[in-house]
Amino acid sequence: MEHFFLYSAIALTIIIAVPMVRVVKGPTVFDRILAANAIATKTIVLICLTGYIFGRIDMFIDITLAYAVLGFLGSLVIAKYLSSHRMRRQRQREQS
Amino acid sequence: MIQIVFSILFVVLGIVFMLMGSLGIVRLPDFYSRSHAASKSDTLGILFVIGGLIIYEGFTQSSLKLLFIILFIALSNPIGTHALARAALRKGIKPLLFNRSSKEDSQ
Repeated sequence: MEHFFLYSAIALTIIIAVPMVRVVKGPTVFDRILAANAIATKTIVLICLTGYIFGRIDMFIDITLAYAVLGFLGSLVIAKYLSSHRMRRQRQREQS
Repeated sequence: MIQIVFSILFVVLGIVFMLMGSLGIVRLPDFYSRSHAASKSDTLGILFVIGGLIIYEGFTQSSLKLLFIILFIALSNPIGTHALARAALRKGIKPLLFNRSSKEDSQ
């Protein structure tokens, strides 16, 4: 069963590497943040599978919880900042 | 034995859903359709994989924490994508099939 978790973790690593294309060449900043958010949410599953590979799921599960909370807060704060009044005022100053 | 079979089935199904989400983020033409792919299919894939791990684990303290992770992700991942899409709409990014006449009709 550890072999199955190892192979699925390898497949998941390849799947995580795919949205890096969108992070590099995304037309707007929202595409980049969306792809980075997708990478962060898939990394949660990768840490869980790593815990089963090493046989220490009771330790890795706490790391997973902390990582999930931090990734969610990061993406939410960046989204609130990009739609804030300060960015809008700065854009109007650039246009005038 | 049947526990292991269901665990493998759920993990493989979740990995297939996450592969679809990744390909959708790369291949779809628009920001809003990309956020659609990132939100729904990724959430369902993570739910399937961690559900398979819960079936493999049985009734322990770790499976309770995995259940908390499932609840947190099912709440947080659509909220984050919705906040990003609303920020993009406020900043003025148009959808791909946006036409002016339908907007005037709705107003």
